[in-house]
Amino acid sequence: MTDFLVLAFVFLAAGVVAVPIASRLGLGSVLGYLIAGVAISPILSALNVDVVAIQHFAEFGVVMMLFLVGLELEPKMLWHMRHRLLGLGGLQVGATTVLVTGVAMVFGLTWSVALACGLVLALSSTAIVLQTLNEKGLMKSDGGQASFSVLLFQDIAVIPMLALIPLLALPELADVASHAVGHGTEAVAEAATHDDAHHDDGHGMNINLVEGLPAWQAALATIAAIAGVIVGGAYLTTPAFRFVAMANLRELFVATALLFVIGIALLMTLVGLSPALGTFFAGVVLANSEYRHELESDIDPFRGLLLGLFFMTVGAAVNFGVLFSSFGLFIGLTLGLMTLKAAVLFGLAWIFKLRGGDKYLFGLGLAQAGEFGFVLLSFTVANNVIPKDIADQLLLVVALSMMLTPLLFILYEKVILPRLVEDSDRDADEIDETGQIIIAGHGRFGGVINRMMRAAGYSTTVLDYSSSQLDRLRRFGVKVFFGDATRADLLHAAGIHEARLLVVAIDQREAATELVRHVRHEHPKLGIVARAVDRHHVYELYAAGATHIVRDTFDSAVRAGRSAYEELGMHAFDAEMLARAFVDDDKASLVALASVYDPSIAAHENEEYLAKVKELVSQRDDILSGNGKAFLVRTDRGWTPPSREDLDAEQEAEKT
Amino acid sequence: MAKVIHYYAHPGHRFSHANKAMWQAAQAVDGVTRVDLYGEYPRHDVKIDKEQQRLLDHDVIVFQFPVFWYSAPSLLKEWIDLTLEHGFAYGKDGDKLRDKWMMLAVTAAGPEAAYSEGGYQHFPLRTFLTPFEQTARLSKMRFAAPYVLHDALKSDPSAHAAGFVELLEGLRDDRIDLEKAEAVECLYRDSIASVLHRSEGSLAQ
Repeated sequence: MTDFLVLAFVFLAAGVVAVPIASRLGLGSVLGYLIAGVAISPILSALNVDVVAIQHFAEFGVVMMLFLVGLELEPKMLWHMRHRLLGLGGLQVGATTVLVTGVAMVFGLTWSVALACGLVLALSSTAIVLQTLNEKGLMKSDGGQASFSVLLFQDIAVIPMLALIPLLALPELADVASHAVGHGTEAVAEAATHDDAHHDDGHGMNINLVEGLPAWQAALATIAAIAGVIVGGAYLTTPAFRFVAMANLRELFVATALLFVIGIALLMTLVGLSPALGTFFAGVVLANSEYRHELESDIDPFRGLLLGLFFMTVGAAVNFGVLFSSFGLFIGLTLGLMTLKAAVLFGLAWIFKLRGGDKYLFGLGLAQAGEFGFVLLSFTVANNVIPKDIADQLLLVVALSMMLTPLLFILYEKVILPRLVEDSDRDADEIDETGQIIIAGHGRFGGVINRMMRAAGYSTTVLDYSSSQLDRLRRFGVKVFFGDATRADLLHAAGIHEARLLVVAIDQREAATELVRHVRHEHPKLGIVARAVDRHHVYELYAAGATHIVRDTFDSAVRAGRSAYEELGMHAFDAEMLARAFVDDDKASLVALASVYDPSIAAHENEEYLAKVKELVSQRDDILSGNGKAFLVRTDRGWTPPSREDLDAEQEAEKT
Repeated sequence: MAKVIHYYAHPGHRFSHANKAMWQAAQAVDGVTRVDLYGEYPRHDVKIDKEQQRLLDHDVIVFQFPVFWYSAPSLLKEWIDLTLEHGFAYGKDGDKLRDKWMMLAVTAAGPEAAYSEGGYQHFPLRTFLTPFEQTARLSKMRFAAPYVLHDALKSDPSAHAAGFVELLEGLRDDRIDLEKAEAVECLYRDSIASVLHRSEGSLAQ
């Protein structure tokens, strides 16, 4: 227990200290975690901690991240990406493998070892690249999408690689090894018991249900598992969440979301597929679900913590003794590898017509080797494909290339991008802004706003916390997401950071004010249209920073008042003018009072506020006592003819 | 430096070619007050006091609009009806606008030839603008020749817009000789040079 607490404390403290500093310095969280890892590596070795084992555990963060990426990606979009996925991804893996193999053979390695090195180093780091792209908001850019295509292909490519690598086994290594090895995942299971440095590959666990079955049965089981994920995701999520909603406990949603991801990952490993890939597809299936944002915000903290832990273990696993023993060699190898990978990527960027900043994002962002490299390296050693000393050197190269990646992103952001922006034409006039309108609360008020936005062709994201409301809306084909809009993480999952407008239409007065205050604090420039229940709520929302404040019953009451004027025999146009004058007058007093309102003092105890009210009332009384017509004073300004006396005076003046 | 206010009235701004180009080009002119009337009063509830104050604060009032049915878009008419009150712009004590200048910048879909006795519009364009001219006169303002674009749906809006910018800057910097501008029938993009002050004109040559 104490061991666990010490370990947790060391990791958490390192992350909490290093990441804010790194972010403040503009280095990004990934580099912060990596540096934290390097910093705590002496402590970890003093405590005799098996860093690699922790790393394999933390790799589950990658699985969660791919689930979240899947949630962002509708099936339609995935289909749309297929050419890039196969073309870009296939060519990247193929060309890089061939080139690395060639170079390795020049260095004097036998072809089979060289090919294994090529396969291992062709892969990039999904964890670092996706984390950084998300953090910098580059995921939706062309370069971000291309990078994602390649990463996804690599993820798929790992499966055939795991099958291929054992075929490259060196007989002399097998002789040296104390144990005979089979092939496929069986080897991993066996290796886990013998090789204490690398327990398992983290992506294929030690139980495999389809192992030993005839090929057709195994294939059938695999297909059944995938079908199960798709059908279950599509049809069981909603009933499951509705069942959980009955308990009305926040943590149960989190538990359910975790259960989903872990269950799918387990199912995939049982049939020998990559859990990252399986959860990715489950995410895609759920991308259209109304529980999408709920799932996102529930899983996201776990993903963040696990990935952070993963990055720290990468930093901590760097063996500085070995590194400094031949510093020049390792730096040379790492830079050589990254240059070669970047060259392939720039070539692909040219073929696939990526332009400007996207080209550099793609070319520099994917130039590292990745966490799958760690996995495959331990796998190759276990299968006697690569000698252990070479594998250890490669391990260092992979880690170093990962540590250099955040620096390349900084280079992209600070040096390359500003130049490109300067060069490109500035014609910002008629850019069609993208971005969502987020509507919090979809009752009678928010519903009308949603319909108006959609009628004008804007896309909206609607958040509501009532299951019955959701059911009703779904029947009308409205896209609504389940969740409490006042929760910051849910708003973030709904895309508040890139939204162009927030509409606060929830019923709860205090919650609405709190929501406005929070969002205004986080996003000073975002437009906020807020619903107020009464005048005092208007002042509160004004103080909280809402851009537009609309009292929910005021306009309809004014219309009713206007109808009353008409019913009393007033001409319709006079009634309209009078109603407008009333609104203007009311607004003027509202603005005057909002400036003296203090949310921390009750209105009836706020001296300044009371004084202002008295002043406004007496002004109105003056008007009343003057002619008895209150607002009419304002409306008889327009279209009135000159008085008889004026006309007479003018005619007199004309004569003289 | 003259204080210039530029009023723009176009309910179909989205679909406009010439007026949109003029309005957008005018954004770059510093030191001129700009009012998008349809943007400020989408519900036609013109604020009388505010508009009168604006007129008092400026020397040259430019109205930019497309000619609709031989007149201005309806909001500008409403603006005139409300703002130019008795006792302010005309009538007893109605001398608040004395010696200010009014200038129109209008676009017309018909070609220049149509605005003549033999053309399909039958009258010269200035005849249709006489209500504005007389409005200026009754308000004791002076009326400079309108800046005109004929054939507005077909001709090049950017050249006309550039000329409009030149005009606004010329008004602002007192380079335009308004007396000269009062004497001509209409101003066009290529005739702005002819209404510059003499010294400016010789400089330009």
